[in-house]
Amino acid sequence: MNRLQLITILTFFSLASFAQDDLMKMLDEETEKDKKPDYATATFKTTRLINGHSVENVAEGVLDFRISHRFGYISGGAYELWGLDEASMRLGLDYGLTNRWMIGVGRSTYQKQYDGFTKYKLLRQSSGTRSMPVTLSAIASIMYKSLKDENPDRENYVTSKLFYSGQLLIGRKFNESLSLQLMPTIIHYNLVQGANDPNDVFAIGAGGRMKLSKRVSLNLEYYYQLPDYKLPGTTNSLAIGVDIETGGHVFQLYCTNSTGMTERTYISETTGNFFEGDIRLGFTISRVFTVKKPKH
Amino acid sequence: MKQTIFIILLSLLSVAGFSQTVYITRSGQVSFFSKTPMENIDGINNEVTSLIDASKGEIVFAILVKSFRFEKALMEEHFNENYLESTKFPKATYQGKITNSSSINFTKDGSYPATVEGELTMHGIKQKQTATGTITVANGKISAVSTFTIKLADYKIEIPSLVADKVSETIEIRVNCKYEPKS
Repeated sequence: MNRLQLITILTFFSLASFAQDDLMKMLDEETEKDKKPDYATATFKTTRLINGHSVENVAEGVLDFRISHRFGYISGGAYELWGLDEASMRLGLDYGLTNRWMIGVGRSTYQKQYDGFTKYKLLRQSSGTRSMPVTLSAIASIMYKSLKDENPDRENYVTSKLFYSGQLLIGRKFNESLSLQLMPTIIHYNLVQGANDPNDVFAIGAGGRMKLSKRVSLNLEYYYQLPDYKLPGTTNSLAIGVDIETGGHVFQLYCTNSTGMTERTYISETTGNFFEGDIRLGFTISRVFTVKKPKH
Repeated sequence: MKQTIFIILLSLLSVAGFSQTVYITRSGQVSFFSKTPMENIDGINNEVTSLIDASKGEIVFAILVKSFRFEKALMEEHFNENYLESTKFPKATYQGKITNSSSINFTKDGSYPATVEGELTMHGIKQKQTATGTITVANGKISAVSTFTIKLADYKIEIPSLVADKVSETIEIRVNCKYEPKS
């Protein structure tokens, strides 16, 4: 009988203590139930690391107008005002079809080139209820060199001036300030100059950013071309720069040995040697416009 | 002896019974408004969890900072990255007491003015925050609405000079929650 009483009392004690539980504790239990995957956001400040793409996308319904400039080689000296006399540019428009799928078009003065691309985020880095260590994006792009034919007397095909590239971007935001990315790349040439030149160039890129403050980051990007699959006389593309964010704009200022601003022209056709002064100053201004407002 | 036990049991039962007077919402709405001549910014969060203990007159809120939605994607990114630092401080909470809870009858339909005193924690900083609003009881369900303002500086949320004319120093917060009895 005594034992029964004790058990009864104990049972009620446990019930009572449950009821007396702090309301805050109850709230914690409730929010615990609601836990969702925590996706990494803002791995990079903008959709380009420097020359090439980052794993970032523009959001659905957002139009990104990008103006990029490359000046001449700093090694040109005072006569060329360290390259500022010469400028090459690309105008681009990117648009987010969904939060994971974006498309874009551009026109470069260099070789009078048109380009278009599509980029899709296959995997999103997340923690919490779903764990994914990296963000994975795939990009396909097509480039058309509209320069007049070098040899108008022979039969020239439009396809001879078309180039394609495919890239995988594997990115990870390690912490608030450090994000790194790997970019295996293939670039296809329908027509190459020499009989022994490869039609497919293979390269692997690596890059990252380090935040210097909340709104400024230091970026680095390098593309290594596999020696057996590169065009003769070309060098690997290297770029170092800063991203500066000011409200709706992102300014990117950088130094690079590349002239072009599309995969073909900067990855497989860079000729400058960065460490011998073949460095160009460059900048990109990105301005986003919300074309379609998100639904709540 | 038996009588003592009986009394203890009764008192415990009554305490246990109090847990019935807790009301809950998991889809409460909290929104904020920053108004300047240059730009209006508003964020809305429809996934707020809140509890009211009617017997004690206590009210608590938990808000996931990342669940605020904005008109522009970039606003959302900057809100999380630069201002609220939601990776470092994922949750905002409020713990308060309804000071006039004795004049609110949670079992009788009606509309009651309410004053809540408590502490708001966000961006890792806890500040005293008083809010006034209305509690409405209808068919055993409770709704609570309130509007109050906070100063960003109180929560160490810095506005860079470059955008100082686009982000207001005082932010209006609106709360609109519909509670049901917690089972």
